[in-house]
Amino acid sequence: MDVIILQLLNGLDKGSAYALIALGLTLIFGTLGVVNFAHGALFMIGAFCSVTLSKLLNLSYEVVDETQKDFMGNPLKVKMPYIESWFGPEIGASIIDWAVPLAIIFSIPIMIAIGFIMERGLIKHFYKRPHADQILVTFGLAIVLQELIKHYYGANPIPTPAPEVFRGSFDFGTLLGFDANTIIYPYWRLVYFAFAAVIIGGVFSFLQFTTFGMVVRAGMADRETVELLGINIDKRFTIMFGLAAAVAGLAGVMYTPINSPNYHMGMDFLVLSFVVVVVGGMGSLPGAVAAGFLLGILESFASMNQIKAILPGIDQIIIYLVAIVILLTRPRGLLGRKGVMED
Amino acid sequence: MLGLNKRDMTMLLIVLVLALTAPFTLNPFPTDSAMAQFNAGYPDLMQRFAIFAIFAIGFNILFGLTGYLSFGHAAFLGLGSYAAVWMYKLLDYNIAPGLVLAVIVSGLFAVLIGYISMRRTGIYFSILTLAFAQMMFAIAYSDLLGRFFGTSITNGETGLQVYNSDPQYLIDSWESGPHLFGLFEMRSTYTWDVGGWSFDFNAGYYLCAFFMVAMFYLSIRIFRSPFGMMLRAIKSNQTRMNYTGLNAKPYALAAFVISGMYAGLAGGLLASMDPLAGAERMQWTASGEVVLMTILGGAGTLIGPVVGAGFIKYFENIFSKINESVLHGWFGFLPDGLENALIWVVEHFVGPGWHLTLGMMFMLIVIFLPGGLVEGGQRIWSMLSNRKKAKDGSDAPQSTPAE
Repeated sequence: MDVIILQLLNGLDKGSAYALIALGLTLIFGTLGVVNFAHGALFMIGAFCSVTLSKLLNLSYEVVDETQKDFMGNPLKVKMPYIESWFGPEIGASIIDWAVPLAIIFSIPIMIAIGFIMERGLIKHFYKRPHADQILVTFGLAIVLQELIKHYYGANPIPTPAPEVFRGSFDFGTLLGFDANTIIYPYWRLVYFAFAAVIIGGVFSFLQFTTFGMVVRAGMADRETVELLGINIDKRFTIMFGLAAAVAGLAGVMYTPINSPNYHMGMDFLVLSFVVVVVGGMGSLPGAVAAGFLLGILESFASMNQIKAILPGIDQIIIYLVAIVILLTRPRGLLGRKGVMED
Repeated sequence: MLGLNKRDMTMLLIVLVLALTAPFTLNPFPTDSAMAQFNAGYPDLMQRFAIFAIFAIGFNILFGLTGYLSFGHAAFLGLGSYAAVWMYKLLDYNIAPGLVLAVIVSGLFAVLIGYISMRRTGIYFSILTLAFAQMMFAIAYSDLLGRFFGTSITNGETGLQVYNSDPQYLIDSWESGPHLFGLFEMRSTYTWDVGGWSFDFNAGYYLCAFFMVAMFYLSIRIFRSPFGMMLRAIKSNQTRMNYTGLNAKPYALAAFVISGMYAGLAGGLLASMDPLAGAERMQWTASGEVVLMTILGGAGTLIGPVVGAGFIKYFENIFSKINESVLHGWFGFLPDGLENALIWVVEHFVGPGWHLTLGMMFMLIVIFLPGGLVEGGQRIWSMLSNRKKAKDGSDAPQSTPAE
């Protein structure tokens, strides 16, 4: 029992990442009808926003510290981050420590700007082109973004730790009445799950309970009619693209402490996220979220040692297998609507 | 001749002549001149030209004719390589059984994957093929099959290669590398030094070139056949095709299997030139590369994939060789500030940054030239001939005086 709960929890954080990326993909697909292969790159850029911020905060100059001496007896030079000299050592250190959560604020304008530039500069010209062209041009863009990041940040993963407070693990076992140390779960993953839940809830309520969201939903259902009513739907869809980019970016920002970001993390997630979207049903937002969590949890169950003993390596292919089975039995995906991408 | 009309025959002959004379035409610069780094006439690269041309010609039969965009075609390339290397391990270094098995295995897998993926069209098809390819990459990269059966089948990260302990039931003592029935070894090369030039004539290259020309001929025949017409009908309007009482699926599936077998042959040839097979050949980047080759050359045209494959492999090779000191050599004549600025920009695109160039090219081609280089060439050609016509037209009134 405790093993099952542990795997369930382990699946949540990966599932959250899948769900967030798939949500953005579905938003873009549902509004603009564009298949965005560069969405994984947006996730990666988000992650590198937090790397950049933590590097910026750690910018330092050298000062001579009279209290510390090296072995020759000379005063030692220590690095002093600018932040600490501006805000004092106490506050400065905690700002540096909280770099990843702070990167949320830092990344939102960046991601929205990137989203706007992408949509207005490139994707706009591809509404009327075949899906194959959309796939290809966004695929090219993904390569370009990935290579630029590689050029400036190098090919190696860059560890970006979570704030000190969240670095430990939480013992679920004692809470649920099992023995201590049976269900250990890092705090940050809990934070990530909660964060994902907030973002997903926010996007859904934005679409459901605001006038803007209502217009966007109407546009998703019937774009032409909304345009005939005199609403500038293009502008709203551009904003939705920016929002989707921000969702992917935030998913990336918060994911950095779980997995050190490297330049190809976006593509690794993208392929799986596409599978998630297809399993959930193209164009269905609840489907994308549900399938994201479902596949994340399935993946973590498949990586249990008991299952791996019977079928070695099943954890690496389970998602694809499930996707193939679902597409063959329910061609529209779990919650897909009729008439979406049927051609 | 050969069941081709005059225009197709000319095209086939051009490809044949280019393939035969490649050791000369790709080596235009003397060996010790400064331009020698732009030479491409060495065996390894020429083999790649021919092999990836086969791969792209096959992909074009699927994508160019039916419009089904497969994003997992590299899986068949990898399968072909693994099949061929297994034949070396079990029998001997003769490449013939390996090539046959490569084509058969990739064909069988193409039937299976195609049958499942073809149940959906459009974006679903692309993602399904991508999922299959990624799954096969994961299986090969971590040797999951081998772990399941308790032995080594793809040899994981290291890649499959021939070891001394392998059975090799038919091996003779003289065999040390891939050969064709003992007639010639793939790596045997005759180097002809003339003046400052040195031309390499490599047996392996000519074998690849032979297959390339043969496969090109086959693709012309497919393009001009009633079957090819059916495939075009799928691309232009599948629904209308269904209304006329034709079932599109078997035709599309046949195209998928044919292109899978082409890829298998290309993979087998890769393993024939160098008896290795690695999982990275199956990765999605490799699939993306063949899509790019086809698009760059011109999808749906006969010669396009050959041009695209050559173009990409050539620039991959040249661009990744250029480094900062070479750039300093080139731009040395400029004033210092300008030189450094220019090098700073260009540096992104060369050496390890070659993939950035690739991505940029990908985008530019899709945005501005969806028909690829062939269409670009045709546009320039028609512009030139129009101008000529216009000139003739403007000449004509002059010859008849107004009075």
